[in-house]
Amino acid sequence: MNKLIVDITNPDIAEEPIRKGFGRGLKRAGELDPNVVAACADLTESTQMHLFKEEFPDRFIEIGIAEQNLVTVGSGLAAAGKIPFVSSYAAFSPGRNWEQIRTTICLNDQPVKIIGSHAGVSVGPDGATHQMLEDLTLMRVLPNMVVIAPCDSLEAEKATLAMAKDDRPNYMRLAREATPIITTDTTPFLIGEAEIFEVGSDVSIIATGTMTYHALLAANKLYHDGIEAEVVHVATLKPLDSQTILKSIKKTGAVVTVEEGQIIGGLGSAISELTAENLPVPLRRIGMKDRFGESGQPIELLKHFGLDAEHIRLAAHEVVDKKLN
Amino acid sequence: MPKLSIQQLELIANEIREDIIRMLEHAGSGHSAGPLDLADIFTALYFDVMKHDPKNPQWEDRDILLLSNGHCVPVRYATMAKAGYFEKRELMTLRQFGSRLQGHPERLRLPGLESTSGPLGCGLSQACGIALAHRMDGISHRWVYVVMGDGETDEGNVWEAAMFAANNHLNRITAIVDRNNIQIDGPTEQVMPLENYKAKWEAFGWHVIEIDGNNIEEVIDACAMAKAIIEKPVLLLAHTIAGKGVDFMEYDFHWHGVPPNDEQAKMALKELRTLGGKIRSEHE
Repeated sequence: MNKLIVDITNPDIAEEPIRKGFGRGLKRAGELDPNVVAACADLTESTQMHLFKEEFPDRFIEIGIAEQNLVTVGSGLAAAGKIPFVSSYAAFSPGRNWEQIRTTICLNDQPVKIIGSHAGVSVGPDGATHQMLEDLTLMRVLPNMVVIAPCDSLEAEKATLAMAKDDRPNYMRLAREATPIITTDTTPFLIGEAEIFEVGSDVSIIATGTMTYHALLAANKLYHDGIEAEVVHVATLKPLDSQTILKSIKKTGAVVTVEEGQIIGGLGSAISELTAENLPVPLRRIGMKDRFGESGQPIELLKHFGLDAEHIRLAAHEVVDKKLN
Repeated sequence: MPKLSIQQLELIANEIREDIIRMLEHAGSGHSAGPLDLADIFTALYFDVMKHDPKNPQWEDRDILLLSNGHCVPVRYATMAKAGYFEKRELMTLRQFGSRLQGHPERLRLPGLESTSGPLGCGLSQACGIALAHRMDGISHRWVYVVMGDGETDEGNVWEAAMFAANNHLNRITAIVDRNNIQIDGPTEQVMPLENYKAKWEAFGWHVIEIDGNNIEEVIDACAMAKAIIEKPVLLLAHTIAGKGVDFMEYDFHWHGVPPNDEQAKMALKELRTLGGKIRSEHE
């Protein structure tokens, strides 16, 4: 089987912040559909909306530092037939305005596209206040909401174009730091579909967002340990691609979930719920263990909080041992 | 449709008040004071001010009305039924299982509602989004009305939207605040004082017109005047009497969030019948 992704062991692997892909995708979506509009809460360049703003100044809306207004203006724009992308840091949107999203977007069923940038501890030096770890949880519990966490800038670009055509409320998580580009132009992206990035038979490592790269690194290490890990990239947390995921788990009989967010309520919870009801197997969750982050460099923070490839590797050994004994 | 006379409109408002009492009594829960005091404003909007078509709620040239304080929705349901959006008998399903008339309005359940609301402070922002989208599309003939409660404007979201509307010169929004001076915990000026209320809105860049919100003619005139003010969004600061029309409910914050019981409903309907008779004789 041809791999869907690049060789991640290449030391010269290209890197780019995921949000850059969103910026390009939004501009392209704007070219394709005149109803695409964008609104931002005083973080236009950080969230990469400036590319859209420069191209379509009349379709860009500055909201100021007012995240409650950001999403509710978005609801109104959608009500009048627009396809609004609304962006801020994830800590503020959907961090601050959850109820407005619940009522005026989800229950009201308006196809607003909420973009939460700078998620995860890898935000780094800004510290815990800005390292959003609960966004996936907050968005996943909302009926009607689609939740997407792309693994790299190329996928974010594809996801943005797909969101512009999706008639449901959407949330997409972006990250600040440069991230290895692991997908290619031909890697498939469909909302609601998980992809097998590495085929294996001993353990399923199910990852989302930027952590998929770390899962692949771990799979590489595990190969040298004599364990063949299957890496399932879940770009869409909701609706969850249960079929692909359960098929993998049925084959491997052991699971490690990996996310850069709270293990409560995020991907780990979603997979636990799925396996507990359908196919109980040994499972470990890699993620933030019910605590906040702190200032530091992204790499050292990932290591400190147990989110790096080595911790994923150890967790994989644990579940494989448990499966065999 | 020929313009209705003020007397005809007052009689419609009175009938809407009767329906509100019947609905709330039948439902056994819900809010009394706000819906009653908003009956004149809703009558003015649906029977004179707004362009809309009860037989075609999605008519693309219609004006938009957002009810931001969703708990006052009984007045909207009663007005819509009177206007012909649905049969009056459906009003008695308010708050019941399977009803299109949810306790707080849900857009997807009943055509013509425009938005889902209840949690306070979000309507003005949505009005901004709609007005902005209309401007982007070169649509200038559609007006966006939003009704808010005064207590509701404790919410910060309202003031975010107020700044935004002024900054974007969204003059095709007419916001109406029901200044009935009550909220659940008591009089607004005791719970969280709003005064100097007019000055606050003006400081946020709005043109404020103060009106008697229980005087239909004033509401209609102010809505017309709002259309002539093109440099700013317009707020109608509509002073109303909480529970208007039912003597034992008027001015009393305890009626904010409770319905009348059977006995109280009978008394209220008797009062409203007398009031209807007065309206008829006054104009003769």
